[in-house]
Order: sequence, then C-alpha cells, then structure tokens
Amino acid sequence: MTIYLPIAELSVNVLIILGMGAAVGFLSGMFGVGGGFLITPLLIFYNIPPVVAVATGANQVVASSISGAITHFRRGTIDIKLGTVLLLGGLAGATLGIWIFAALRRIGQLDLVISLAYVLLLGSVGSLMLAESISALRRAKRNETMPLRRPGHHGWIHRLPLKVRFKKSKIYLSIIPVAGLGFCIGILTSVMGVGGGFIMVPAMIYLLRIPTNVVVGTSLFQIIFVSAYTVIVQATANYTVDIVLAFVLMIAGVIGAQYGVRVGQKLRGEQLRALLALLVLAVGIRLAVELVLPPADIYSVISSGSGF
Amino acid sequence: MPRLVPSLLASLLVVLALAASAAAQSRVDEFTEKLDIGISTDEIAITSDFRGADLTIFGAIDGFAPDLLAQGKYNIVVSLEGPKESATVRKKRRVFGIWVNTQSMTFELVPESYSLSSTRDIDAIAPANEMNNMGIGVAHMTLSPIGYIGDGSSVTEFRSAFRRLRETSGVYQRDPGGVQFISASLFKASVRLPADVPNGVHVVRAYLFRDGVFVAAKALPLRVIKTGLEAAITEAAHKHPFFYGLFAVLLAVITGWAASVAFRRD
Repeated sequence: MTIYLPIAELSVNVLIILGMGAAVGFLSGMFGVGGGFLITPLLIFYNIPPVVAVATGANQVVASSISGAITHFRRGTIDIKLGTVLLLGGLAGATLGIWIFAALRRIGQLDLVISLAYVLLLGSVGSLMLAESISALRRAKRNETMPLRRPGHHGWIHRLPLKVRFKKSKIYLSIIPVAGLGFCIGILTSVMGVGGGFIMVPAMIYLLRIPTNVVVGTSLFQIIFVSAYTVIVQATANYTVDIVLAFVLMIAGVIGAQYGVRVGQKLRGEQLRALLALLVLAVGIRLAVELVLPPADIYSVISSGSGF
Repeated sequence: MPRLVPSLLASLLVVLALAASAAAQSRVDEFTEKLDIGISTDEIAITSDFRGADLTIFGAIDGFAPDLLAQGKYNIVVSLEGPKESATVRKKRRVFGIWVNTQSMTFELVPESYSLSSTRDIDAIAPANEMNNMGIGVAHMTLSPIGYIGDGSSVTEFRSAFRRLRETSGVYQRDPGGVQFISASLFKASVRLPADVPNGVHVVRAYLFRDGVFVAAKALPLRVIKTGLEAAITEAAHKHPFFYGLFAVLLAVITGWAASVAFRRD
C-alpha cells in the first residue's frame, strides 16, 4: 500500500512509515525521550530527502512531546518562568539554525552536515550514557547502594550576573547559562530536527543544578514551543514540512508511545539507560558507515525547481 | 563618437535584414514539405495514483516527394520536453575518509523531463553536428554551464554525468522506433510521460528530416497539472506557507492531546 508524499515528492509504503512511527513512539514512551533523534535518521535511511526529514521530524516531536507535557502540567512539575527563559534562548537559536540550514543547502553541504552532526552527537551522547549505565549496572550487581552523585562544582556558572529567582525550581540562577542552553538546543532543533531533550535534561541537572522533579516537564515545555516554531519557519522559508508524512508518523507514534510507557515501567532505570545508549550508538554508527563507504554514484543532480 | 552610433546601428540593421531575407529565401527555395501534428488533449491531469502515461501524437507530412517517401528518406523525430529549470550536478570526493560534495556545475535551463521518439536511431537520421545545433536528443541537448567553471576541463565529465543520472532515473528516455508511418504520409508517435513528471507547460516538438537534412518543425504545448489532495497540499505549502506550517503544528498538538485524553489512566 503506497502513499504519495506531496512535499518529499515520492511514493512510500505507508506500512513502513507506520512501523517506523510506532517503533520510535514505543521507544520514546519507554525511555521518556521525544524521539526526534531517531525519526530523522530513519527517514533519511528510507530515502526521504534530509531537508524534508529534518523539518518533518520537528513536527513529529511536537506531537510526541505534547502528551508528556500535559501530564507534567497537571502534576505541576513545569517551571514556567525557567521554561520561558529557555524558550527565548531557544527561539533565537532556532532562528540562527534555520539560517545555517538555508546557507548549507545553498552550497550543497546540508546532507553532509546533518549526517556529521548526528554522528558526533549520537556517538558522544551514546558513549557517555553507555559508560554511565554500565557502571550503574555493575554497582547494582554488587548490591552497592548508588552513591549520591555530587553535581560538579561549576562556580563560574553561579558567579554570572543577571541572577533571577526561579520560585518553582527553588534556585537563584543567572539567566545567561539558561538562555545559552536554550540557544544551543534551538540550533540543534532547526538543523537536525531533534527536540534535544536527551541533551537538555542532563545539562539542566548537572550543569545548572536544577532539581530533577521539574527538569523533564520544563524541558518538554521548551521543546514543544521551539519545535513548533521550527516547523512554522521551515514551512515558510524552505517549504520542507511534509504534512502527510508527519501525520502518519505522529498517529503511529503516539499510539506506540503508550505501549512503550507500560514496558518502560517494568524495566529498571539503569537497564533502560543502557538499552537507550546502545540504540543511540547503533543509529550513530549506521550514519557513520554511510559517510565512509564509497557512495553508489559519486555524482548527484538537483534542479532549482524541486529544491532537493 | 556620438555621431558614429547611428550610422553603426543603421549598417547593423541592414546586415540583419539581409541575413534574415537570405535565410527565408533558402528555406522557401529548398523545401516544399510541411509538417502538421495534433494531440488529443492539451492538458493532462495527474492524480495521486499516476504511474506515468503514454501520449500518442498524430502527424502528417504535406507536399512530400512520393519517390523519396517510397525510399524511406523521410524521418521524423518527436520529443516531449518538460518545463526548463537550472540543474546542478555535484561530485563527491573522499576528504579525510568521508565522502563530501567537492565540485559542482550548474547547467542553465535544461528540461526537467525529456522523452524522445523517432523513426530510427537519431544518429542514423542526421549527422551529429546537425542534431547538436538543434539540440535534439539527450546526447545532443544544449547544456551550458553557468557561473565559474575553472579552465572548463571538467565540463564534459559533468555533462555526461548529468545525462547518465537523468537517464537512469527515467526522466530522460528515448524510443528509436516510437514513430511509425500508418499510411504513406500519416504517422503516429508515442512519447512517455514519466511517473514523477513535473508540473507545468511541456512542449511536444516534431521534426521532419529529408535524407539527413532538417526540413521543418512544429511545436504544441501540453499543460500538465496535478490534481487531488496531494496537489492541494503542495499548493498550500507554497502559496500559504505560514498557515500551512501553523496547520501542521495544530495537527500535531491535536494528535498529542487526543492521545493523552484517549489513554489517560486516572
């Protein structure tokens, strides 16, 4: 059963797209991540033009983050003030990212930069997570109690000016590192189509020392708005959001996520993190192999009409 | 200096007029044959299940010489050219172990699709330089690079890569034998519209050759328009991109919200 994607301008098997959406949704529910970092590379492996994959991936991130954010909002675990500062940085970052995206596309290096960025990001984050979860698993085996991790001492972050009190998070922090973090994640969102939760959450906990209970909800809050902004700007500037593809992905994704959450609750935290790390590494390695192996054809042709 | 300009212009005009009349003269003197073609429709609507289509073009030769016709000296070439756009060919090279696009060349206004049909292989119809001049056939179509091309040594390489890529992807095709005579001077040509045909005005061109010499040509426009939901989406994405993006986000918000309501367990 094939379906024609009007923006990507190709026919795809709808069952494969549904399967991809459901699988990524399942994993995102299981691990509590948005899944943008998985969906965009998967779409690229399936020959969707990277420009379309990135913009459409951001759209899928909006859908998958909304239900999580609603839950956190009900529980009152979102720091709106902190989220807004992150968001302002994020919007600025996303704007710069869109500009970088268009410039790279013009000089014909966009596909390469997207792949390279994924290899670097997934490779480093995956290795760090794997190392951390393996040592946690070892400790659990020896029945040691998990040592309470002392967050690194980042004196310079706390000496920055423009300090603001964030009541819900119970911290007194400069807005510079918060907006800066949002800014960096915003660039990633528009260039790579990821929500960035898997980087933002650890950064908020270990760098900014924000209490864990508000971190996930607040990062979801920021991800929704930055992704939504990215979708609208990508649609306006580059015409690369494929609504048919996005809709099929998000329907399968939100259903898959519900089952993922149930399985995730049965697994232990460090096991989950080790599995997620392996998954992240596998996607990174697959992309790296693609860059290193000789391509089937060293020439490619694009016309100014279709854009890719 | 200013006085020189009008006289220069006048002489230029005289030269141009002479050249034009000479060209017209030779054409009228040499050939009596005329070519006429017709297609059943001037508009093709592409629906979502479109898998490509064959288009039949009928034509007739008028004022032919019967003895030449009997000897098979007349040849016909029919092409269907898609809308023209600039196309960029990129070449990858290994840099520090990874494959990177390092060189590129842009060709000015080349057809997005091209289907050629003829009475026999076009290289057997007329000499290659004649085909080059008229730009008939994938191998002879004009590919003029724009922008900086260095010393020009790589033009041939990029041209042949362009032709090969377009032919392997199926948007450029040829059928030597696709034009058949159905009576003495009446012929039928079939050209193919590829599955991923571009929107816009395509042009059907027919060329008549007599004994290896070009005699007459005729062109007809053919509009290709996409219809249905896909076309509506494409149009919305390009004509109202902001609202299209807003709608995409709204769709995502509704989907996420509906899921959180449907699967709520408290």
